Amino acid sequence: MAGEAALINAAARTSLWLQPHRIVLILIALALVFGAAFFMRWDWLPQYYEMGLLGIWRSLWILAVTCFLGFLLAVPLGLAQAAGSFWFSAPARTFCTVIRGTPLLIQLWLLYYGLGSLFPQYPWIRESWMWPYLRQAWPYGVLALTLSFAGYEGEVMRGAFAGVPKGQLEAARAFGMSRWKIFRRIWLPQAIYRALPTLTGETVLQLKSTPLVATISVIDIFAVSSKVRQDTYLTYEPLLLLALIYMIITGILVFAFSKIEARIPNKVG
Amino acid sequence: MKTVLKTFAAALLLGVAAMGVAKADPVKIGVAAEPYPPFTSPDASGKWVGWEIEFIDAVCAEEKLDCVITPVAWDGIIPALTTKKIDLIVSSMSITAEREKTIDFSDKYYNTPTAIIGPKDQKFGATPDDLKGKVVGVQVSTVHAVYAKKHFTGASEIKEYQTQDEANNDLAAGRLDAVQADSIALGEFLKSDQGKACCDLKGMVAPDDEVLGPGVGAGVRKEDTELKGKINAGIKAIRSNGKYDEISKKYFDFDIYGGGGAQSN
Amino acid sequence: MPPALPSAVRASNPGATLIDALLSASAAGIIELLSPYPPGWGGTLLLGLLHSIEIALGATVLGLLIGTGGAFGKLYGGPVVRDLLAVYTTVVRAVPELVLILLLYYAGTDLINQALTAMGYQRVDISGLAAGIAVLGFVQGAYSTEVIRGAILAIPQGQIEAARAYGMSPGLMLRRITLPAMLPFAIPGLANLWLIATKDTALLAVVGFYELALATRQAAGVTKAYFTFFFAAGVLYLILSLVSNLLIGRVEAWSRRGMPSLKEAR
Repeated sequence: MAGEAALINAAARTSLWLQPHRIVLILIALALVFGAAFFMRWDWLPQYYEMGLLGIWRSLWILAVTCFLGFLLAVPLGLAQAAGSFWFSAPARTFCTVIRGTPLLIQLWLLYYGLGSLFPQYPWIRESWMWPYLRQAWPYGVLALTLSFAGYEGEVMRGAFAGVPKGQLEAARAFGMSRWKIFRRIWLPQAIYRALPTLTGETVLQLKSTPLVATISVIDIFAVSSKVRQDTYLTYEPLLLLALIYMIITGILVFAFSKIEARIPNKVG
Repeated sequence: MKTVLKTFAAALLLGVAAMGVAKADPVKIGVAAEPYPPFTSPDASGKWVGWEIEFIDAVCAEEKLDCVITPVAWDGIIPALTTKKIDLIVSSMSITAEREKTIDFSDKYYNTPTAIIGPKDQKFGATPDDLKGKVVGVQVSTVHAVYAKKHFTGASEIKEYQTQDEANNDLAAGRLDAVQADSIALGEFLKSDQGKACCDLKGMVAPDDEVLGPGVGAGVRKEDTELKGKINAGIKAIRSNGKYDEISKKYFDFDIYGGGGAQSN
Repeated sequence: MPPALPSAVRASNPGATLIDALLSASAAGIIELLSPYPPGWGGTLLLGLLHSIEIALGATVLGLLIGTGGAFGKLYGGPVVRDLLAVYTTVVRAVPELVLILLLYYAGTDLINQALTAMGYQRVDISGLAAGIAVLGFVQGAYSTEVIRGAILAIPQGQIEAARAYGMSPGLMLRRITLPAMLPFAIPGLANLWLIATKDTALLAVVGFYELALATRQAAGVTKAYFTFFFAAGVLYLILSLVSNLLIGRVEAWSRRGMPSLKEAR
């Protein structure tokens, strides 16, 4: 039964692609791609291939780490705003406002060029175990992107925490659950379910922010493409390929998230 | 119908463009938008100042060209020239065979050796052996980046920066062990408070004419032979009438034009 | 012969001079640096802010025009128009703004000039401001298309049917019913886009446009007071977005006048 339905579904999907105007559009797109492949210069590809892969890996690594850390930070930020006393909620709200109200580029430069240039005047920092890390660029990139993700997602989590129906929490209390247990078993999971649909969009936005780290000398895929542009004086080819790479990554992200979301019960609250 | 559409499309394009149509074809002098003292840097009122600005003003005055300074990002300065956003690059760009594949250069207008600077509390020289295991900073798409890659790769880690300023700043912040660049620009940095406090000169790098080229020239589009001729004539004129030396004396206490045939680098 | 470089002055206490050099940022120093009159750099920053606002305003307006056209195309256009718009919004939303800005900055001006010369017109120079507005407007257009499309879909169907029953022409219906009715649904999304536009102007610094971020970078580079200037720029951006938020609140209240308040509607 299920197989049959899937078959019909697939047939419907193919016929969707086979409408006459779509075929023409696809053919035009293919012609453009082949035109680009044949008439533009791609002879630099073998030389930069390995560097490009390393760059993609770095971009993805930064994306994964900052989204994960940012989300961990967003939970307390959201909770403090939704339920904390003034002394918790005010700083959390200020943090989110400042992060969301200023460009990430300025935050990044403030951390790297501003804060980073103040560190070396303190000998104890130069002598500490942190110095080898503080000397490099990527910790600043990771920090800035993490804070940014936390700022935006913290706002989402605030809404998610506030949106969990009071009745559920009251019922849990009536069962005699401790506060911590209510938070862990009822409130947090429900809030995360509610925030999940926004996570796809936020992650894609975060991916689109990663190239900014190239401006503080981290060699991600964007920096590799800049390098190709500077070495070869080609303008369009590296940028077009870069756009394609980001589109493929976005496509994979959206697809993966839709698979994950499908496995999570959508009836909440 | 077709003509209507065509006019409409053109009107739309012009509408977008009209906000920025420039008048009567001045020569747009492209300088890097990032400060590069003492050659090109903006002052607090937004005016561009420095040796190179005065130099090109003198050349333009000599050849009766209407020149406007147009800052563009260094990393896209050659595409900006080829796509006609600017007409001339006057931004301490060294003449190299690699660049000459894409653009043409005027005659050289200054030439200075390439230096290495580093933190005061460390003693080392400017040879690949000295720089072993060190992090060396250079500005992207400069001859220094190419030189560092050719001579120091393997032994030292090379970090590329969008601007010379950021490389200098990272050296002062202890993130780099050495910076390689033009000796005048680095001298200017060492004279600043920040440079005085942290760093000193380690030495001049070994010459490599193939990479470092015969000096700095003004970049022009290959087809702009007329402009190139005028610039060359202007350089020759201010060299012979003393204007060049007059400007240079304001900034330097030595001759930055460099020797004729036998160059030190 | 290589010219002799000035040997750095020997300081008796290098640590102290280092602190002095980096902390030329004592209170008086900071005020002097940020003063709006040269040699202070405050004026440069404010001029940069003005450019940022100009670009953001222009880009938002252009984005709204593209977005309105795009939304109507997506809802009522033919199949080809719909597919092309889908490609436009998908691509813009999947590729980082920085990459789009670089691509459009180089390709856009080139294409316009090629189109103009092909049609027999003179090639034109496109200023940084116009190019910045065009590039960001193109990006904003994709997002506004989605916002406005959603808002139009949120209009109760009955209103449109009633307008049709009155025999309104499509143009009149657009002006009198669809646009005003969708406004309250579109404003939160569009307000968000305005905030994004103000922040995205900073990206133009990377291609060398003169706006707040580049002005800050130049000021910081010349004076070496990196922390002071980036902090000041952050404050300026923050003020811009806080003031925007205030105004947006007003506009939102105005556009929702006569409608039940959000709480009651729930």
